[in-house]
Amino acid sequence: MTDVKSLSPGRQTLRRLVLNPSVLIGGTLVAMILALAILAPVLGTRDPNELSTSNRLKPPGYEGTMRVYTDEGRMKVPVWYPLGADTLGRDVYSRIVYGARISLVVGVSVAGISIALGVLFGLIAGYFRYLDGVIMRVMDGLMAIPAILLAIAVVSVFNAGVMSVIIAIVVPEVPRVVRLVRSIVLSIREEPYVEAAITAGTRVPTLLIRHILPNTLAPLIVQGTFIVASAIIVEAILSFLGLGIPADEIPTWGNIMGASREVFQLHPHLILYPGVVLAVTVLAVNMLGDGLRDTLDPRFARRV
Amino acid sequence: MVFYLLKRLLATIPVMLVVAVFIFLLLRLTPGDPAAMIAGDYASDAQIAEIREKLGLDEPMLVQFGIWLGNIFQGDLGESFFFKKQVSELIVARIEPTLSLSLVTIILTVSIAVPMGVISAYKQGSWLDRLTMGFSVLGFSIPVFVIGFGLIYVFSLKLAWFPVQGYDRISEGLWGWLRHLILPALALSVIFVAFIARMTRTSVLEVLGEDYIRTARAKGQTETKVLVRHALRNAAVPIVTVIGFAFAILIGGVVVTESVFNIPGLGLLTVDAVLNRDFPTIQAVVLLFSLVYVLINLVIDLSYTVLDPRIRY
Repeated sequence: MTDVKSLSPGRQTLRRLVLNPSVLIGGTLVAMILALAILAPVLGTRDPNELSTSNRLKPPGYEGTMRVYTDEGRMKVPVWYPLGADTLGRDVYSRIVYGARISLVVGVSVAGISIALGVLFGLIAGYFRYLDGVIMRVMDGLMAIPAILLAIAVVSVFNAGVMSVIIAIVVPEVPRVVRLVRSIVLSIREEPYVEAAITAGTRVPTLLIRHILPNTLAPLIVQGTFIVASAIIVEAILSFLGLGIPADEIPTWGNIMGASREVFQLHPHLILYPGVVLAVTVLAVNMLGDGLRDTLDPRFARRV
Repeated sequence: MVFYLLKRLLATIPVMLVVAVFIFLLLRLTPGDPAAMIAGDYASDAQIAEIREKLGLDEPMLVQFGIWLGNIFQGDLGESFFFKKQVSELIVARIEPTLSLSLVTIILTVSIAVPMGVISAYKQGSWLDRLTMGFSVLGFSIPVFVIGFGLIYVFSLKLAWFPVQGYDRISEGLWGWLRHLILPALALSVIFVAFIARMTRTSVLEVLGEDYIRTARAKGQTETKVLVRHALRNAAVPIVTVIGFAFAILIGGVVVTESVFNIPGLGLLTVDAVLNRDFPTIQAVVLLFSLVYVLINLVIDLSYTVLDPRIRY
């Protein structure tokens, strides 16, 4: 076995990452959900939006037939509902598998957009002191509105859909990233090497991007992971409440649960199955985030 | 102290102003006629014209904002065309359930989370500590409505201990009121407990290493007294700060929980308002919740001097 100290710093970090149990378990679970999302069409699923009036609310494991209309006329084909059928006879298993796509797309897009905007405003606020006041007052104001409520308010003015849900979740996340980036910039800009770069005549954009931005990388990776988790939850909440992505267009874990609320007392599995999948996914992403924080970002690893 | 109080009060004004501007712009910057959006789908042309007149929609944006803010300060939050009522009346009618739910949740949370955090800090590394830490990761990850339905499934459907949904007014009897609130408050408190127990553990752990704890033990204080009077009191400031932040989660959680348990409070009102595109109500509720959140954090800031006499402003 090679001596750990002889490895390059990058390899040492990689080694610590792989050996961290949270990263390992969380990462594996996230990879599995990612596989579920990508491989959805070949995992024995059917069209998640296909309706079947004769198979409404069939129990898990139900095997039966379904009428389909082809060029040769009406015919019956066998169907199997591994996790049962919902109020409109749609296959819950297929809907849950396809639902993984939306959760991940929303989670990753929200994290990406929030970080891009947060870095932009955070760098500006941290470096250009005369803009700091204005930007931070606006961010304070946005942070004074509870996140879910802000997302609900934003979504209320748009038409329901994936894009509007992403925007609605990005708005409350941006101020948190701005604060993080700004605080790092404020501490880094006093470092001698930054002053040296200024003295050497480095232009401001180069200074910000090459000398200051790399310091935000580790905290942003950690923060980004947590944003993915919270975005997945908020999307589920919005769609569950019927304010997010409509159930008849794209299945999401939240709207599968929302569509089954009326029949929960008799068919609790319709809500409990997607609920468990949702919880496991968020747990996996949070574990990954915890592990990343402990290994990548010693400043934030204050777990005593 | 008085000076600080005044300064701190004044500092909330720009924050609330940004909130107000944001809520105001939300409706004005979206495509379409704000008057038509406020009036709803079934409004007549005369109604729309009346709203247009009242909000001064033909005036410049800044004047419109002034009119809107002026109305709010006079207690006129506008009229909900969907509910056919003044928004202020709607809010007053819906406050009791929300206040009750929040109150029961906070009492439940603090009475579970603080002892949990203190004990797991005291017995660091024990199975109880591991359980607390595991629970805090889990509590963060399970969305409140999943917990809510899980609790309904076990305690209402299987065991039939509690009603499935609904709300009884407190004036109709204390027991009925509490019975309807226990499950929703429990569901809502999970994430809170996770958050606060973890923070309590961390700050008590930090304090336990201090010299005065050793001194207290050396002079023969009982362990309970050491923990409560010496450790917890000194660890109180960060714990209370976290409780303040957690109010944002509580307010968001209230909206979801009321919807799951069908409690006719402000949260359910918000959801109904959005589903029916009832903009005056949405604006008022968001403004109200933000104001409450800002004021609670103000009170918490000021409470530091009581909790820790070393802090002087």
